[in-house]
Amino acid sequence: MKFLIVGIAFIISVASCKKKKTDDPAATTYYMQSDQMGRPAINTVFVDAADKDNFNNTTPSAMGGAYQAKFKTKLLALNTGYTTNALTQTADAFTGLLATDVLSASMTKKTTFFDGTNVLTGRALADDVINVELLLIFGGPAGSSNPGLTDDHVNANDKAFSSTFPYLASPF
Amino acid sequence: MKKLKVQLILAAGAFALGGMLFAADHIDAPGVTGSSQDITDLYVFRGQDTNNLVFVANTQGLLSPGSTGSAKFDPNTLIEFNIDNNGDNVEDLVIQCIYDGASNKMKVYGPVKPSEIGMRSKLEGNAAVEVGVTSYGASSPTTMQSNGMWAFAGPRDDPFFFDLTQYKKIIGGTATSFNASGTDAFAGTNVMSTVVEIPKSKLGTAASINVWLETKKKI
Repeated sequence: MKFLIVGIAFIISVASCKKKKTDDPAATTYYMQSDQMGRPAINTVFVDAADKDNFNNTTPSAMGGAYQAKFKTKLLALNTGYTTNALTQTADAFTGLLATDVLSASMTKKTTFFDGTNVLTGRALADDVINVELLLIFGGPAGSSNPGLTDDHVNANDKAFSSTFPYLASPF
Repeated sequence: MKKLKVQLILAAGAFALGGMLFAADHIDAPGVTGSSQDITDLYVFRGQDTNNLVFVANTQGLLSPGSTGSAKFDPNTLIEFNIDNNGDNVEDLVIQCIYDGASNKMKVYGPVKPSEIGMRSKLEGNAAVEVGVTSYGASSPTTMQSNGMWAFAGPRDDPFFFDLTQYKKIIGGTATSFNASGTDAFAGTNVMSTVVEIPKSKLGTAASINVWLETKKKI
């Protein structure tokens, strides 16, 4: 008798569990942050290895407060002679911009990382973002400092992009 | 120059990653290196129709041609574009992309105000567009348009280009400058790419938006 009661109770509890899972709103599927990116190469260059996982789990609105000082330390380690860059930014202003790792995009103008006129209005496939960032880090106020470090002389992708959706080139 | 070289070497110790340094965001998340959550790049640009904006999320970088055929999107990885359209760096809209293994489609949700902000997400509402994943070797890409939005998902040539090899030499102190003619360290490699083109009218009325890309793991 005892075993029969236990057996029935078990069957009832199992049935209840199944019903609960499908009806329970707490059964919603959630996804938790793994990796994060705004602007190209910024995390790679400015965030120490020990901080990378933390940075990837910092919400952008909190990044400036948590990382601007560290970014400034890293900038001055990369370029001890840094004063300002071609955008007239001091080390504080430049790293203040970079530490909040978001990519800005214009809803009205041409979208480009930098084309000489438009600054940070998006990121197009053909933009040489590395040259832009090297120039801003090493190029000094006029963009002419450290000439060996401001252009990697790889200025285009190895395959042509398409002018139509999906724009990216077919794989190798 | 000598002083700068010394400073670069000091800086190198702080951010080299197992002797390798990758640019854009390639393999830049120690917790997820090499996995389907590994972001390589984010692009945002206006479409062929300039009334639209295109969002590109590239993941799983440095795929060789030999390994691209077996590369797959992961049904447990949410690829999420976050959009701030009022300048406070908090997401006002999200565009969510998740792979469904049963149908072999990438499902795209949004743009929609998320029910929660920050580290955790849940899929918002019903998919706006679903596109079959383009297989490696397909003669042309599979695309789908629905609700005014275009979607693509599949392997693409990695659009990123950089003489990473020479940069590593500079940081390591064995070179003092880039070469007059550089070599693209990402030439001949592929990524798994998700591309969504959306009318600007679905993104609010701000003149400028801030965008960031997140990958999230199902819990």
